[in-house]
Amino acid sequence: MSTGTAGTAARPTRPFATVSPRTRTRVPLLVTAVLLVAMFTVGSVRYEGFLSAQVGLNLLIDNGFLLVVAVGATFVVLTGGIDLSVGSMVALSTVLTAWLVESQGRPLAAVVPLVLLVGAASGALMGWIIHTFEIQPFVVTLAGMFLARGLCYTISTESVTITDPTTVALAQTRLYGPGGLFVSIPVVVALAVLVLAFVVLHHTRFGRTVYALGGNESSARLMGLPVGTTKIAVYAVSGLCSALGGLLLTLYMLSGYALHAMGMELDAIAATVIGGTLLTGGSGFVLGTALGVLVLGMIQTFVNFQGTLSSWWTRIVIGALLLVFIVLQRLMGGRRPAAG
Amino acid sequence: MTHQPPRPGPVAAIGRRLGGHHLLWPTLTLLALLLGNVAFQHDFFSVRVRDGHLYGSLVDILQFGAPLTLVALGMTLVIATRGIDLSVGATVAIAAALACGHISTSARPGSVTTVLTAVALALGVAVVLGLANGLLVSGLGVQPIVATLILMVAGRGVAQLITGGQIVTVTSAPYKMIGGGYWLTFPFAVLLATALVVLTALLTRRTALGLLIESVGGNPAASRLVGIRAGGLLALVYVFSALCAAVAGLMISSNVSSADGNNAGLWIELDAILAVVVGGTALTGGRFSIGGTVLGALIIQTLSTTVYTLGVPPETTLVFKAFVVVVVCLVQSPVFRAKVLRRRGRTTPRPRSTADAAPHQQEVRA
Repeated sequence: MSTGTAGTAARPTRPFATVSPRTRTRVPLLVTAVLLVAMFTVGSVRYEGFLSAQVGLNLLIDNGFLLVVAVGATFVVLTGGIDLSVGSMVALSTVLTAWLVESQGRPLAAVVPLVLLVGAASGALMGWIIHTFEIQPFVVTLAGMFLARGLCYTISTESVTITDPTTVALAQTRLYGPGGLFVSIPVVVALAVLVLAFVVLHHTRFGRTVYALGGNESSARLMGLPVGTTKIAVYAVSGLCSALGGLLLTLYMLSGYALHAMGMELDAIAATVIGGTLLTGGSGFVLGTALGVLVLGMIQTFVNFQGTLSSWWTRIVIGALLLVFIVLQRLMGGRRPAAG
Repeated sequence: MTHQPPRPGPVAAIGRRLGGHHLLWPTLTLLALLLGNVAFQHDFFSVRVRDGHLYGSLVDILQFGAPLTLVALGMTLVIATRGIDLSVGATVAIAAALACGHISTSARPGSVTTVLTAVALALGVAVVLGLANGLLVSGLGVQPIVATLILMVAGRGVAQLITGGQIVTVTSAPYKMIGGGYWLTFPFAVLLATALVVLTALLTRRTALGLLIESVGGNPAASRLVGIRAGGLLALVYVFSALCAAVAGLMISSNVSSADGNNAGLWIELDAILAVVVGGTALTGGRFSIGGTVLGALIIQTLSTTVYTLGVPPETTLVFKAFVVVVVCLVQSPVFRAKVLRRRGRTTPRPRSTADAAPHQQEVRA
């Protein structure tokens, strides 16, 4: 799809043509980092109580699940694909967990591996269909999105509140650090996932294959890289991350509901783009995705602190940021236009 | 078609032509769905005239399917250029919010002038939104899915900004006409949708426009080399898609006499894409079928109606839709066809038109 329309377009002028490609791909990341610092500074000046380490930690507490989901989305976007099913998979995980723990009385320790397995397996299935039948990822994951959301409703049309003591205790645990600062268990899990993803993407053979696949699939195949396996694995990773994100969201909300995580696929993709990953694939940073998630969380924090702003401003600002970063990506041309 | 050995004659010829026709499968699916409904509800096909209006399940399907048909119509042309427009749902919400907002704040909400101004306002903004999408795609060369994602994310926020987060209700007889009114015993929405579909079909099939759009989708580089102004055409289809979505938004909000920034046209983009795909327009671009899209939209609408008739929880429609998407895409996938056909031992490939073979052609690179 990208080749098609980009081909018809006039080649955009690139004001930074002399800058090396390596630096150029990092510009959006730099912009995001500067933006984050600027937002924090402006917030500290404007609002009382904004300048505290706990506000920063709260960003992680409130967005830990999004971070995990966005990390999974980054894997897919890096290969040049897209996964629209993540939001629904998160919702399915929350409903499945709540239903198994509450209505069926299963222990949480048994439910967690099952939910993760369901996520990874459905991701792998979608990846398999995409690879074997050469159907666009967009359509297959769209079907996955419908299916997962529909399955939520078949399990329960109402919100299932969790009262299971183990789960509640786990959700309310606060890990205290120096100076009375605290984080929740999901934050630790999310950060662990981030570190793991960083290591996998930048220091393993699988990670390099992911980048190669996004750079040019035919070249990757000619180089003898395992294209099919990697593609399936990438969607499995995304499904696994969505399931894990769903578990973290279950802890955060202490309920399972089919309407949870509406539109989270958009937030995850937005975080990935704002974090400097090219949507055409082949170039990007998983740490950038973390910055993107923090920017999204910061917008929400701003809206909360301002008090008079309505919640819809969050969506408008995210849309505007997306526009800026996508135009920036085109102008920087991290990779040459597809028309070549 | 028949079990008799094929004899050279008019019957066999018609059978063969029908068998290869691209609208065969959508038509059969629609008929099967409709007949399936009769099994559960025996007066499903009955259409009565009451108070000078047509009543009946079939009329309901047509009336509630009208907005979806329009959105799918716009989407068809976008998909024909190998694009996709995810922002139509947001455009529906924005158009509804603008029109209802204008009417509810005006001094005379019942006057035709107010309603016409509101409609013009909504359509005008839709043109701007479509142009923004079109310029991102054709001017900057952004992937269509990404370019329209921006408006999809921001659009609902904008719609809520216009309505102030409230559900704006309007009481205006002329406005009610657009989506809920009747004209010459027919629902006005159905007439409006039919008129737009016929107009589009004439414009694309009786002029070169359709061919140009197909060539841009089939092979962008080659069509640029033969001198087609692809950029303008691309922008045009996105503007057209936004306009169709805006009219659909007017219909939806007029039917329920209110605009809800959050829920108006929610997920209609997905239904529209589904309708287009079910109708036989391939997502790989290069060919489109307006008749197929109309059938596709009616199939989706009938599916929703069926689920209500069966008394299944309406939310499970999503599961049905998921299976429909997967099956239709698998059937359309050349790889899947090749594998399944080979397994069946059929060696004669089906005759393909040149447009059909377009996705397999080698791309011409400029």
